Amino acid sequence: MSAGLQNEQPATPSQLVTALQSEHPDWVTEFTEALGEVTAVVPRAYIVEVCSLLKTPAAGEFNFLADLCGVDRGVEEEPRFEVNYHLFSTIRYHRLRLKVLLSENDVHVPTVTGVWRTANWHERETYDLVGIIFDGHPDLRRILLPDDWQGHALRKDFPLRGYEPYSLK
Amino acid sequence: MGIENIIGEALPEVLTTRLDSLINWARKSSLWPATFGLACCAIEMMNATSSRNDLARFGAEVFRASPRQADVMIVSGRVSRKMAPVLRRIYDQMPEPKWVISMGACATSGGVFDNYAIVQGVDKIVPVDVYIPGCPPRPEMLIHAVMMLQDKVMKDSVRDHKDIPEAEARHALTPGTLPVTDGSTLGPATAESRPYTIASRHERRRSS
Repeated sequence: MSAGLQNEQPATPSQLVTALQSEHPDWVTEFTEALGEVTAVVPRAYIVEVCSLLKTPAAGEFNFLADLCGVDRGVEEEPRFEVNYHLFSTIRYHRLRLKVLLSENDVHVPTVTGVWRTANWHERETYDLVGIIFDGHPDLRRILLPDDWQGHALRKDFPLRGYEPYSLK
Repeated sequence: MGIENIIGEALPEVLTTRLDSLINWARKSSLWPATFGLACCAIEMMNATSSRNDLARFGAEVFRASPRQADVMIVSGRVSRKMAPVLRRIYDQMPEPKWVISMGACATSGGVFDNYAIVQGVDKIVPVDVYIPGCPPRPEMLIHAVMMLQDKVMKDSVRDHKDIPEAEARHALTPGTLPVTDGSTLGPATAESRPYTIASRHERRRSS
């Protein structure tokens, strides 16, 4: 991939995920393309490997973690939680979304701060509001809510008015 | 202007008046607010000091960045749960006499933010002297509130404004004095370590 690279059409995110899936079948369990957005569901055990590989120039050059957020899909859902990784390449200008699905009784996921350092605060926010625990995170503290807060405010079973003592209830 | 001539002819050298009225007149004529802009109401607060509205006409234009130099705290905006201890500490750091203006619907009652993150009224944290409705209030309303506060200052007595440091002990009552729902997070252990207080003497003063 040296001389002919200039003439080749660069691989789209869906092609990248397809190549990734054919190379490592375990790494991508589900792959959808809708509304021009590519989403890949990755098992929790491989998320760091997938992210490290996608950051390399051969596999998409996703050098920018645009967002990392947690989702509570509902108390009755199984798996209940998901963590979304929105990847972006400032060089090739394409995007990719990775998802990790987590059940309620085991909300641990490996940290990707070793891949993108910006994941540090994003993972702290996800821990703070949704309660996902990122194993290996260097400084997993609350970032938005007060330090003495109990619970995670964006979980669906958290009351809207909270438990705070200032409320009139 | 020749006013010296008029005063010299018309008035004696010694005037008698109540000490309270003299001190209150001096106090109300230079109310220095603490800079405490919290949200969009702060834009209107800044506008109140601008040339069109000119809060300086009422002596309240000198916004001080240090609470040690401020007389009145204008809480302009919604107070988040995380900001509440900071606000209380700044209030505690202001020397007597001190007053609080709650500016806007959010500072007064929480406004539209009826949720876990926003304190439902700043009067849960500090005693408030004047409430301003509006979302946000116009600068004229803030000026009106300052004038109402000036009227209130004129009714005060010097005896009611004493700095009592021991009364502001750090382990005084907490906001947990309000009704707390079941499963509340504020246990007795955290209540002891709150860095701010509810000073009950201000509420006593207000009732007089």
